[in-house]
Amino acid sequence: MSRSTAEIREISGRAVAVRGNDIDTDRIIPARYMKELTFDSLGRYSFYDQRFDSSGKATDHPFNDSRYQGAEVLLVNKNFGCGSSREHAPQALMRWGIRAIVGESFAEIFAGNCSAIGVPTLTVGPKEIEELMKQVESNPATKLRVDLESRTLQAGDTRFSFSLPESQAKVLWNGTWDTTTTLLEGLKEIQAAVVRLPYVKDFSYDRSGSGRAGGEKTGGA
Amino acid sequence: MGKNLLRKVWDLHKVRTLPSGQDQLYIGLHLIHEVTSPQAFAMLAERDLKVLHPERTFATVDHIVPTDDQKRPFKDDLAEQMIQALEGNTAKHGIPFFGLDSGLQGIVHIIGPELGLSQPGMTIACGDSHTSTHGALGAIAIGIGTSQVRDVLATQTLALNPLKVRRIEVGGRLSPGVYSKDIILKIIADLGVKGGLGFAYEYGGTAIEALPMEARLTICNMSIEGGARVGYINPDRVVFDYLEGRRFVPKAEDFEKAVQYWKEIASDADAEYDDRFQLDADTLEPMIAWGINPGQAVGVDQKLPVLKELKEEEREAAQMAYNHTRFRPGQPIKGLKIDVAFIGSCTNGRISDLREAARRVRGHKAASHVKALVVPGSQSVAEQAAAEGLPEIFREAGFQWRQAGCSMCLGMNPDVLVGDQVCASSSNRNFIGRQGSPKGRTLLMSPAMAAAAAVAGEVADVRQFSQGGVA
Repeated sequence: MSRSTAEIREISGRAVAVRGNDIDTDRIIPARYMKELTFDSLGRYSFYDQRFDSSGKATDHPFNDSRYQGAEVLLVNKNFGCGSSREHAPQALMRWGIRAIVGESFAEIFAGNCSAIGVPTLTVGPKEIEELMKQVESNPATKLRVDLESRTLQAGDTRFSFSLPESQAKVLWNGTWDTTTTLLEGLKEIQAAVVRLPYVKDFSYDRSGSGRAGGEKTGGA
Repeated sequence: MGKNLLRKVWDLHKVRTLPSGQDQLYIGLHLIHEVTSPQAFAMLAERDLKVLHPERTFATVDHIVPTDDQKRPFKDDLAEQMIQALEGNTAKHGIPFFGLDSGLQGIVHIIGPELGLSQPGMTIACGDSHTSTHGALGAIAIGIGTSQVRDVLATQTLALNPLKVRRIEVGGRLSPGVYSKDIILKIIADLGVKGGLGFAYEYGGTAIEALPMEARLTICNMSIEGGARVGYINPDRVVFDYLEGRRFVPKAEDFEKAVQYWKEIASDADAEYDDRFQLDADTLEPMIAWGINPGQAVGVDQKLPVLKELKEEEREAAQMAYNHTRFRPGQPIKGLKIDVAFIGSCTNGRISDLREAARRVRGHKAASHVKALVVPGSQSVAEQAAAEGLPEIFREAGFQWRQAGCSMCLGMNPDVLVGDQVCASSSNRNFIGRQGSPKGRTLLMSPAMAAAAAVAGEVADVRQFSQGGVA
């Protein structure tokens, strides 16, 4: 967790565009590659079934294209990262080399997972993303510079504004995007909150081991 | 104006506002499984942190377990490593674990409600997007990633952005052969797979209130497929009756106190909502999601859409779906040949689902070209099914009767599609590759429709399906 306290204010690098709406996390990393106890080697499985056909031959997916190797900004369309909550998806992208994702919209759990590992998800309009994608596709050497303070993105000679939820911007900027540390600072408040809860204060789980587990009561309506 | 349930539960569980502007929310119940927790435990170890409230976390194993041969060690070394890691982590931290030998193991979203762990007015988190399921009991249940699993283990809290609430009113009543699965598929088809971004869905109205508990779980389960991270139904007598007497539910006087709280936590009659949507259950027909996302669905009497008839923003996705499925635009969905039928999953692997499927199957045979699989959602469901003679009904009809697990919902265990097989599935996602084969094709439908398709060998209308006998 060497990155866990780093402030993230600016990201510069080349970009790669993966076009399409509703790209789900099963597509970003197929479930069969999640049978690993750590995230360390997930990078190689990014978009695996899009990148390789059934005989294992590489397709023309942008992640296979030599011109995009080393890209650090991922350009996407709408509802990117929908479906399964697997953090394996942003972990795989990050370990492939992605440090920021720019798109039209993101699925909520995915965006939260990105934020938790210090990968900002930046939102731009449909026109802007199309322009960015075209620019990068016509010139893969294009350098992008993401500035979290001014919320602007410089691509070649063009400057775009992006939006980023205030909460995400703040934690990245301050280097406090590792939430565990922040949450633990509220330990006293946590303890105060617990005892207010009716299911702690007035009643609680029955731990005697009695009672049913089975399905819906039989014979009922 | 009154408050809705989400607002009430949120306010009650709010620990403080974080410097980021997010809320720190206490989590009443944390459920974990083998796939998204080992990395979280490793992160704890790295920081020398302990589990703050081990008595509020419960574990089971579901995603990677084989459903045919569960003998240990598993044939798949990676799967064996994952279950061992969970056994080790739960033992080390004193977390209750419902393992394969407990008699209580099952899909995490099946066992939470059936053990009475999931209760109204609670906040529930689990490293799985279908955690929204538990909202059917009147809880606020949130799917999270692994770093957040670490947060809950270490602090029993989460940093969350506030959610808006959309009230989804389902009026009328369901006709025979039409199920809660059809309601939720229709909602997702109408509102789209991104329609719920930023929202919690509150389901209500006469058709929802008339649903038994298990049917409600199916609706909330698929909220996430519509982009809504949270879905819930206000707790009522159906919920209280379902919970009474279950293993972890308070007993006697404490149960009365609990019911008191559960009643109070429901949305006020004059509650405010950020948005509203209405649907009529009277005219609803059995639905089938045919494409590559759960929003691409049609009624059983309809034809697959022709691109130019679709709204412009839906065309590209439909084209991609046709590229993948190689189905023909304009072809009727009914009569589409299937190769596999899968009945199970956290969406539809409960006893009432298996009863409905068995009712359609009894006295019939699965078509000779169809591989049909019935996978109970938990060991308790399997036990209840056995007591009712359901395994025999399925076996006689040529279906395979399996042991509890996620099975063919997600391609992490030996139950997978092969090549470009078409599967009539009672699960929740038809994403490309979801059922384990990159070329596989998934048709989402109710368990009764999947049973009918298995027998017919093709998509069939369960309402016209002759029943061999009525259970």
